[in-house]
Amino acid sequence: MSDITASAYVRQDLLTERPAPVKTTGFIGLVRTRLLNSPTNILITIVSALLLWFTIVPSVKFLFVDAVWTGTDRTACLTENGACWPYIQAKLPQLIYGFYPEAERWRVNLTFALAAVLLVPMLVPRLPAKAINASLFFFAFPVVAFFLLHGGGISGFGLSWTAGLLQLFDDSIIGAGQVLLNLSKTSAIAPLLWVLGSLIVLVGKAIYWLIFPLTWLRDQLEASGQSVWTDFAITTAVVSLIAFALGGGVRAGWRPLAWSLATFAAIAIVIKLMGLDHGGLSVVQTRLWGGLLVTLVVSVAGIVTSLPIGIALALGRRSSIPLIRIFSIAFIEFWRGVPLITVLFFATYMLPLFLPGNFTVDGLVRALIGIALFTGAYQAENVRGGLAAIPRGQGEAAAALGLSWWKTTSLIVLPQALRHVIPNLVNSFISLFKDTSLVSIVALFDLLGSLRASFADPKWSAPSTLFTGFAFAGIIYFLFCFGMSRYSLFVEHRLNAHRRN
Amino acid sequence: MSTEARKPPAQIALKIRRILGGKAGWNGVAVQFAFAAILGWIGYEIVSNARANLENQHIAAGFGFLRNNAGFDVNQTLIPYTGSDTFLRVFVVGLLNTLVVSVVGIFFATVLGFVVALCRLSPNWLLSRVGEIYVEIIRNLPLLFQILFWYLAVLAALPNPRQSISLLGIAFISNRGLVIPAPIGGSGLMPFLAVLALGIVASLALRIHARRALFQRGQVIRIWPYVLGLLFGLPLATMLVFGLPFTLELPQLKGFNFAGGSRIIPEFVALTLALSTYTAAFIAEIVRAGILSVHKGQMEAGSSLGLSRGATLRLIVVPQAMRVIVPPLTNQYLNLTKNSSLAVAIGYPDLVSVWAGTSLSQTGQAIEIIAMTMGVYLLISLLTSAIMSVYGWRVSRSLGA
Repeated sequence: MSDITASAYVRQDLLTERPAPVKTTGFIGLVRTRLLNSPTNILITIVSALLLWFTIVPSVKFLFVDAVWTGTDRTACLTENGACWPYIQAKLPQLIYGFYPEAERWRVNLTFALAAVLLVPMLVPRLPAKAINASLFFFAFPVVAFFLLHGGGISGFGLSWTAGLLQLFDDSIIGAGQVLLNLSKTSAIAPLLWVLGSLIVLVGKAIYWLIFPLTWLRDQLEASGQSVWTDFAITTAVVSLIAFALGGGVRAGWRPLAWSLATFAAIAIVIKLMGLDHGGLSVVQTRLWGGLLVTLVVSVAGIVTSLPIGIALALGRRSSIPLIRIFSIAFIEFWRGVPLITVLFFATYMLPLFLPGNFTVDGLVRALIGIALFTGAYQAENVRGGLAAIPRGQGEAAAALGLSWWKTTSLIVLPQALRHVIPNLVNSFISLFKDTSLVSIVALFDLLGSLRASFADPKWSAPSTLFTGFAFAGIIYFLFCFGMSRYSLFVEHRLNAHRRN
Repeated sequence: MSTEARKPPAQIALKIRRILGGKAGWNGVAVQFAFAAILGWIGYEIVSNARANLENQHIAAGFGFLRNNAGFDVNQTLIPYTGSDTFLRVFVVGLLNTLVVSVVGIFFATVLGFVVALCRLSPNWLLSRVGEIYVEIIRNLPLLFQILFWYLAVLAALPNPRQSISLLGIAFISNRGLVIPAPIGGSGLMPFLAVLALGIVASLALRIHARRALFQRGQVIRIWPYVLGLLFGLPLATMLVFGLPFTLELPQLKGFNFAGGSRIIPEFVALTLALSTYTAAFIAEIVRAGILSVHKGQMEAGSSLGLSRGATLRLIVVPQAMRVIVPPLTNQYLNLTKNSSLAVAIGYPDLVSVWAGTSLSQTGQAIEIIAMTMGVYLLISLLTSAIMSVYGWRVSRSLGA
């Protein structure tokens, strides 16, 4: 060993320390490598800094430093050159509730709270019971929210509704047959029309006698006075028995039976709590609704209704049955090809013409129908993307196991496809949320509409109120949209966790 | 014992079944019949209800109203129009206004979008943050909000024409809109335009020739000096021969308003601003994604072949990025055109505003008017998607070759 140290070519003394390399991490490193590393970059940095300086500083100054914080009318805001926050304070109820009666606003707050309670656990991936949570949010919540916000009660239940619907359908069939019969008196192809008309009328008559027990029962119930609860009991019994029989009878039907009974018990509690059987809460017309309430109602209703429409259309577009595929393609391409505002005009001016004359649809509901169809078409394309991403082998494996098309789709393909496209779905919800502002054009007062209406108040007309109002509404919109987009990024990262390195 | 190959079973019945009912077979045919019956029933209900309702409201269905006098004025018209013109002309006026705001918006959105994308890709940390802030803020606010913001808050806060803001003394911004110099045609206009058109055609032909030479014989022809000469030199020469093609009439402040020049209405300014800044944020993201989608190795491969950096970018990186960029970019152009219908909120006389708005309330012909409006937008988007599928087919063909 010692001869190595003795070798002439082995250095005996230590090298002098080299200086530490230039720091490339942390703040200093960032400044060195990405801000000031070349003359051009220094110039760019200075220009960007100036740009930021001339936008951020005036904004902060306007919003906070020069702002007026207290006051009762415009005189307080005329002197200063900053934001006029007392104006927002005075208009806040209008911006959130619109003209919703002051005594009833707890209903709106309760609905918001319910939505938050249901939505937050659904969005946190770690929490359990997603299926119950989602079904509560997508099915139970809209109904409860309707009765909370709109008020009013019910005079019947499943049985009466089914009877009413079937009767309507039957009346329409008989009506069509009568029209054909009338036509046959003047037309050249009279015999053909007569045969067709008679046939249709005959079918209608047959259906009438088929559903006669239902309608008779409904009339009996209506005459008895206690219609809601009797109807409820009958519906519960029928639906639970069907669930029991379809679920596998004595062998395996007990679980569906228990679920069905529990669901109806929950419905009964809701009906009792809200007093729906005797009138419910006092009715608040939708034209009194406004502000953030309408924005949220339209977007949540759009989300809830567009998803089933989108799934149905996407499945239809991938179906091999020609007529259904052609219809789905035409439907999707039509709604995607026109701007939302013309859809809203269509829903406002054209839809009432297509409905029977004695049948009026509320303005808000009309806008909702338009938005649901429009967003549904966009969701269909998202869902289709997810369906296309599922390997063929999944469906073929299910077929090999002997599952029907419905079971394959609902148990194997759709769950995987939907999980794939959650980020895309959330992104379309963001654009839906932004697009809800368009309803202000068809005379509904959403957040933006209420804001615009509040500008007209002479009590608060000052140069700064416009900018203050826009700043306030902008912050609200930004928080919602930015939150959703961050959530979609988070889900995307979670889904792609196995692909990251 | 000869074993002849058995004939395959007759396929014709199976084929018919497949065509008529898809994979579901005769069940599919039954489903189709039920579906067709439901559709027919809904269609019948719609027609009969519409007929009854129109009769009740005493509205005559049909397109006869198109020849009636409109009787209202439109504050921006590209073709001559007065209140005594027909509704058909109103339709054309609105359509042209929609197209002009879309084209101008698309131009500015593209320029701004590419600039913002370059900012976001910049190695400079601060500049990329500026780009990111721009994109995040603009994308997370509703477009209608931005249109109203520009129109109600910013443009209305501008001074009146007497104190208007001057841009280099030739254009003026005030709360009455933007006033710019108006070109007035001179004696040399016709030859100038003709020579310009000739120059453009000749340059395109040169380019095609050069590309063919490059691809077929590997011969590099330098064409840019000739193109420059054709596009600028030739028109300049014509100008010297025939005189100026047009003179600019500068706007002058007279009394309370401007005389001369051409005035752009504030609605147009607000709409263009909002549409182009909004769409630019989306275009920026598309362009950024497109450029990032080209693998770093492509650039390195290009330089190892001895190509210069510019040639690598031009011949290798940009074509591949464009393949990713163009389809969503067209989609954004389409979105911008559709979003221009929000003009109705601020009263810019576009198709929706003058046609589905004013004309609808004047005539009450809801079905015809809304169907025409939707039809126009549908036609535009179907045409675009047809062009895009041709483009996609060409791209995939060139990739396959």
